[in-house]
Amino acid sequence: MNHLPLIIKREYITKVRNKSFIIMTFLSPLLFITLMSVVAYLTQLNDAKVRTISILDQSGLFQKSFQSSKALKYVYLKGKTDKEAKEIAKASKSYGLLYIKAFPNKLTKNVSVQFFSDESVSPGIISDFEDIIAQRLRYLNLKKIGIDTKDIKSATVDVTIKQENYLGVTSSKMEGYLKLIFGGAAGYLLFMFIIIYGNMIMRSVIEEKTSRIIEVIISSVKPIHLMLGKIIGTSLAGITQFAIWLILGSILMVVISLIFNIDLSASQTPQQMLVSQAIETQGLNMQIQDVLTAFLHLPIANLVIAFVLFFVCGYLLYSSIYAAIGAAVDNETDTQQFMLPVLIPLMLAVYIGFFTVIDNPHGTVSTIFSFIPFTSPVVMLMRIPFGVPVWQQMLSLALLILTFLGTVWFAAKIYRVGILMYGKKPSYKELLKWIKY
Amino acid sequence: MSKLLQVNQVTKTFGNHTALNKVSLDIEKGQIFGLLGPNGAGKTTLIRIINQITIPDSGTVLLDGEALQAHHIKNIGYLPEERGLYKSMKVGEQALYLAQLKGLSKTEAKKRLKIWFERLEIGNWWDKKIQELSKGMAQKIQFVVTVLHEPKLLIFDEPFSGFDPINANLIKDQILRLREDGATVIFSTHRMESVEELCDDIALIDKSNKLIDGNLLDIKRQFKTNTYQIGIVPNSTSLEAELKANFDVSPTQFKSINNELQLNVKLEVNQNPNDLLQYLITKGNVSHFVELIPSANDIFIQTVNNNNN
Repeated sequence: MNHLPLIIKREYITKVRNKSFIIMTFLSPLLFITLMSVVAYLTQLNDAKVRTISILDQSGLFQKSFQSSKALKYVYLKGKTDKEAKEIAKASKSYGLLYIKAFPNKLTKNVSVQFFSDESVSPGIISDFEDIIAQRLRYLNLKKIGIDTKDIKSATVDVTIKQENYLGVTSSKMEGYLKLIFGGAAGYLLFMFIIIYGNMIMRSVIEEKTSRIIEVIISSVKPIHLMLGKIIGTSLAGITQFAIWLILGSILMVVISLIFNIDLSASQTPQQMLVSQAIETQGLNMQIQDVLTAFLHLPIANLVIAFVLFFVCGYLLYSSIYAAIGAAVDNETDTQQFMLPVLIPLMLAVYIGFFTVIDNPHGTVSTIFSFIPFTSPVVMLMRIPFGVPVWQQMLSLALLILTFLGTVWFAAKIYRVGILMYGKKPSYKELLKWIKY
Repeated sequence: MSKLLQVNQVTKTFGNHTALNKVSLDIEKGQIFGLLGPNGAGKTTLIRIINQITIPDSGTVLLDGEALQAHHIKNIGYLPEERGLYKSMKVGEQALYLAQLKGLSKTEAKKRLKIWFERLEIGNWWDKKIQELSKGMAQKIQFVVTVLHEPKLLIFDEPFSGFDPINANLIKDQILRLREDGATVIFSTHRMESVEELCDDIALIDKSNKLIDGNLLDIKRQFKTNTYQIGIVPNSTSLEAELKANFDVSPTQFKSINNELQLNVKLEVNQNPNDLLQYLITKGNVSHFVELIPSANDIFIQTVNNNNN
């Protein structure tokens, strides 16, 4: 008699029919999109305010260097002392006063420039000023040395490094960014999935204990079947939820950006910014073609297969631990002491992934952590877009599966004993003893 | 009669605690078997071993002559003492799910559930949510799913708790009916009056050891002390002293409309109750003459107390 399909079906149906699950499923994308729209809108609102900057240029060298833009308006104050200029700037409610002192007319290395303002200034604006001044001075200095403007222009070179591996496959910077996005998304998705649905599994085990139905069920099915059924059923419900989120989210995104004409990409993640920078640095007409070729250069088949395998094994590994925790305690408040050892490797994996893999996908740290079973699913998923040798993937997966089997065995033992234990909160020592029961 | 369940020398320990110590039991087909014992004696462990929830350290359990195997679970129906239902499910779908777990097909389970729901007068509950049910109502559902797959062996742990007297009677009648249909019942309870009423054989477990087992009436015969409770309106006032001189007499009390002498008389092995009665008749009007038979309650308390000393 195989009860697994029955159990999976029940777990799935009760999860999906649960009111809070339904509300979460349909409300989350709405909330998320609303939030993003609000942020995007506010960012636009913030940028829409024009700031006036007063400039007192006593050197007289920067009369045309500062060009007013949509967000910044420059007003030159002429023939004033710095004291007068300060008062004028204050009275005219300028955002600030840029004060460039006169300096001796020889090759300039250090320039004394000051900026006065009421509020603290965003560092972006300051570094923009610095760039403009430095550029102008460099140009002037070169001219003084005797280099013609034309020469400077003709000496300027545009460099794009073409990347190619030894087999002759070309790649581009764009590809690097795409890899980051794919790896990061896959790893982060797994992380989120484990946290959300692992907890759901745990709660459902605790519910069976507190409602005291467990002994009735367990007299008909093997505990391990019940545990696996629970994990699989809940995961399927999770996948359903994720799919709905994805579809609803994209539809809402399109609808909202159409209706309100808001540029949702205004609130960008750092990774998206990398991409848009990459797009900016290359020709605009190149960009679409580039993304496509970069995408095609990704090890797509490997990516998909590895994603499925590492995702499933990693998820099962963690969710069986969650199930065991649920079985070991009587109520949710007691779970805390057992949650920490689960969360630490998980957090570690995500941080290792985001810091070391991005920096150096094949460095020692990322390589080692892509083999350690509790971190490997996340870290390996992040590494794979950068091309990981098959033997490494196989070895990591083999280790993961071995650990997964061990953990499920261990979790099943705890589960089998724990679901019938009521009353006291067990210690780690007692959990170890349960294995022998 | 042949044996449905044989428990041989079953031992189970949890860490340092011995839950069962070489316990052996034979349960014959078509019986209601009372499994008795104080709290923590090891009854639940034994029941869980029979249900293959717990695996014994040593010893064997045979069902119908076969060592317990996974497929036997569909021959057993178990109503645990700690019982509940999924709160978020409806009565009907929950009963169907539990029945399917015991190997019934969906259509068969539905058909049988209809019959049982009628029988227990809960026909219109199908779409109710468990949260809406009272404790007694939920107990009825649990009873139905326990017996639905028509198992050979039924195990009821405190089946009457939570029922009002009317429903308790309804359930009792159903248990007797199931026995008539050929099922064997293991009945674990602390309510001794239902043991007296229902059980054929009993076993008493205390502190992980089986103390006594066998036919309830045989056990009573073993425990009876040849004591008779008498009521007599004596002809002379000297009767009480006379009886005390000749017999082992102790005071007693029972309800009566007469103003009589009430005594317990314990007979020696060589003394005959008929002789006592004949003797008494000559001494006055005998209004009451009953052999004192120990109740299950008496046997329980006496045995457990002896075991403690």
